[in-house]
Amino acid sequence: MTRAEAMSEPTLYELSVPGRRGVDLPDPDVPEAELPSDLLRADNGQPELSQLDVVRHYLHLSQMNYGVDGGFYPLGSCTMKYNPKINEELAALPAFAQSHPLQAAATVQGNLALMHQLQEWLCEIGGFAAVSLQPAAGAHGELTGLLMMRAYHRARGEAGRTKVLIPDSAHGTNPASTTMAGLDVLEVPSDERGNIDLGALRAACDATVVGLMITNPNTLGLFEERIEEVVRIVHDCGGLVYGDGANMNALAGVVRPGDLGFDVMHFNLHKSFSTPHGGGGPGAGPVGASARLADYLPGPIVVETGGEEDGDDARYRLAAPPRSIGRMCAFWGNFGMLVRGWAYIRQHGAEGLRANSMHAVLNANYLRVRLREAYRVPYDRVNMHELVCEGRIAGSDVHALDVSKRLIDLGFHPPTNYFPLIVPEALMIEPTETESLQTLDAFVAAMLRIAREAIEEPETLRAAPHVTPVRRLDEVRAARQLILCQGHL
Amino acid sequence: MGGRRSVSYLPHTDADRRAMLEAIGVAGLEALFADVPARVRFPSLDLPAAISELELARLARELAGANTDIEGCARFLGAGAYHHFRPATVDYVLRRGEFYTSYTPYQPEVSQGMLQAMFEYQSLICRLTAMEVSNASHYDGATALAEGVLLALDSTKGDRTKVVISPTVHPQYREVVRTYLHGSEATVTGDERLENGIAELKAMLDARTAALVIQDPDFFGQFVDVEGLAEAVHAAGALLIVIADPIALGLFRPPGEYGADVAVAEGQPLGLPLSYGGPRLGIFASRKAYLRRMAGRIVGETVDADGRRGYVLTLGTREQHIRREKATSNICTNAALMALGAAVYLATMGKSGMTKVARLCYQKSHYAAAKIHEVAGLSINPHAPLRSYFREFVVRLGRPVAEVNRVLLEEHRILGGYDLARDYPSLQGHMLVAVTEMNTREEIDRLARALKAVCR
Repeated sequence: MTRAEAMSEPTLYELSVPGRRGVDLPDPDVPEAELPSDLLRADNGQPELSQLDVVRHYLHLSQMNYGVDGGFYPLGSCTMKYNPKINEELAALPAFAQSHPLQAAATVQGNLALMHQLQEWLCEIGGFAAVSLQPAAGAHGELTGLLMMRAYHRARGEAGRTKVLIPDSAHGTNPASTTMAGLDVLEVPSDERGNIDLGALRAACDATVVGLMITNPNTLGLFEERIEEVVRIVHDCGGLVYGDGANMNALAGVVRPGDLGFDVMHFNLHKSFSTPHGGGGPGAGPVGASARLADYLPGPIVVETGGEEDGDDARYRLAAPPRSIGRMCAFWGNFGMLVRGWAYIRQHGAEGLRANSMHAVLNANYLRVRLREAYRVPYDRVNMHELVCEGRIAGSDVHALDVSKRLIDLGFHPPTNYFPLIVPEALMIEPTETESLQTLDAFVAAMLRIAREAIEEPETLRAAPHVTPVRRLDEVRAARQLILCQGHL
Repeated sequence: MGGRRSVSYLPHTDADRRAMLEAIGVAGLEALFADVPARVRFPSLDLPAAISELELARLARELAGANTDIEGCARFLGAGAYHHFRPATVDYVLRRGEFYTSYTPYQPEVSQGMLQAMFEYQSLICRLTAMEVSNASHYDGATALAEGVLLALDSTKGDRTKVVISPTVHPQYREVVRTYLHGSEATVTGDERLENGIAELKAMLDARTAALVIQDPDFFGQFVDVEGLAEAVHAAGALLIVIADPIALGLFRPPGEYGADVAVAEGQPLGLPLSYGGPRLGIFASRKAYLRRMAGRIVGETVDADGRRGYVLTLGTREQHIRREKATSNICTNAALMALGAAVYLATMGKSGMTKVARLCYQKSHYAAAKIHEVAGLSINPHAPLRSYFREFVVRLGRPVAEVNRVLLEEHRILGGYDLARDYPSLQGHMLVAVTEMNTREEIDRLARALKAVCR
């Protein structure tokens, strides 16, 4: 049997056998009321498996999945750092995990104290006046920030501000969030050093500008060299500055975005603050705001009170900021992720957070100088937590995709590829601080080997990966002959 | 600076650091940050000092201990978040590092496990809701609803700007929809008066209406009269959006059977912990006709270079990383791990388990309602006493709910129901009581006796 055959796994419905069940529930201990026959369904369509079938199925599937716990995951802009195991344990503490979101404040003072501390700490780390923990993800935080900026201008009688400036190196979520907020995108080009083109920025700044969405360091991994001037130009035209906090892993303890003049920013707890990515989510995207935007934060948020109001002796309560844009999701945010982020910050303290940022930058710069032996680094200056190189080799016609897939054979998760859009054949590499020199060296060795193979045996790259449960998949067919759920209804 | 080892997960030794700095050609770590304006570089942060894992665990347990211990309490609080049985298989799978420490499966060859699990999740959800397509999750039920409303507005090409929403839709969901629509021309109506029933809502449908939104069973636990509803909505050229309850779907009619165009639900009851309200799971399903307007990730089946079955993320041209400002939504991170947990729950419970849990919730809630009426003499579902209900019902206490709940907790070890006056001013003294398979007959009897004592 080949490895691939050994690794293929039938689906739940293929494993289903009528009459099997995975778990028993007790019989009713109350008299049975008559069911409303007109409201019943014939078949709920769920599969029938024994419990061992279920466990083996998911164990097999897990074996066909690559995570940080299994190996190096240098996915740019994703900050795939180690997810501390203690944080998982703490989030699962029954007093946290079993608490109901609508319990009276007096009965969940532990939850609220934790959230209040986290709000305060994120204010301190980001240099903001207030934080809302409600947004569930980075993009959700972006939409939040844009709605706040929009509401701020409208409250000042400046509803004519509809334009959001977005650098061409930005994550796709920035323009998508702008559209969702009912605002218009104006793309700003980058200059030859990878910074925002200041001339273009100045030209775009007028009385119709809501603000600038900026990722700093940007998606090239570069710190905006004239960031203070950028902020000044935007503020001078009456615009606001939104910080995309996706790359905060370079900056925690290094510089506070609020000190640079940013008005509003989201934090990705699932990047900079070590909460796991969960195969795509859940995350948490708390939003911090400067004094002039703080009242617009979504809510409710946790406030500390004297404890006298309506006879309740609760020290911490939930309250909506005075001009709040409203709720962004049900309840108060992804509390389980907040516990993990709280634990990460509490354990590290200011010095630990700074050390992590600095070592994330050290690791990324080390990779830059080592990889440029074989790969072109188009913006070759000291970078922050990630670097972007071109995944092509002179004298070979292999692509970034081939390099990426070959890395899988050699035991590594590929970097982000074909992003940012302004670099051809981009490979965006973010090692994070929790990787050792040995791991980085092994990765460099693999990349250098691939560069040699690109010349000597390009077919090996083009046919890669060779060791996975499946080989390259037909994405065109997936999109044309749509099969999105199993079996006919 | 940066050399502290005791509390971080940094693997760097002094020798490693020296070698790396030398390779880079800088004298020290600080030199890597010359681009950061000196004025604001390396601020002194006012945060508590670093601590060890042992101390962290102690601190977190202290905080957790500041919550009132409800583990031994009889719990009757629901209102959108429910205390249900969680089979042990769910956490067993969710703790697999291969799953929870992975990223979005953009590299399918090393992500077949998560991709197949998401494909199966979509299949389970399609069958549970009787809808044709499902995405791979939203943040929660409320944001899934907001995305559904945006889909309806988009699919009517902007000509229609009115969204009619029932007042018996979860109040927080209605708030989220309104927040999401701040930037659009659309207006939300229908929920101004609690008295707006299905007939009144139908009467509001017109040529400007993009969607009608109902919750079934509704926020009060009652089934909605959907007879002819989809026909009326479609005749007006609008979409019917239904917020379903995934536990009720084990036994009761699914939205796909009565003509819903979009079905959303909160997936937390499917084996996920309450966790003070998050993370949760936004279930989103629709008809094929709206597939290309759907938000979020979708997994499709395909074949690899050798013709072997495999799975990939598909229809990416709807999404932000490809389409940027023209995407159907900005969503990127979703709730994949929660979707995985829900899938494990559904696989474990299976056809018979899902039927049984729904039946138990129905039986126990009806027993509880009858018992409370009989023992405490309180009125049940006073606003609509004849309607069928599931798991939840309204009790008129005649006393402020917060006050009653305090006594229930302190004197009877009971976590009481939801205070409807928080959202509906006309429902002062009305409590929404949730009863699930977790509540024993003894607990229910205790609640009835306690309510009698408190509300006398």
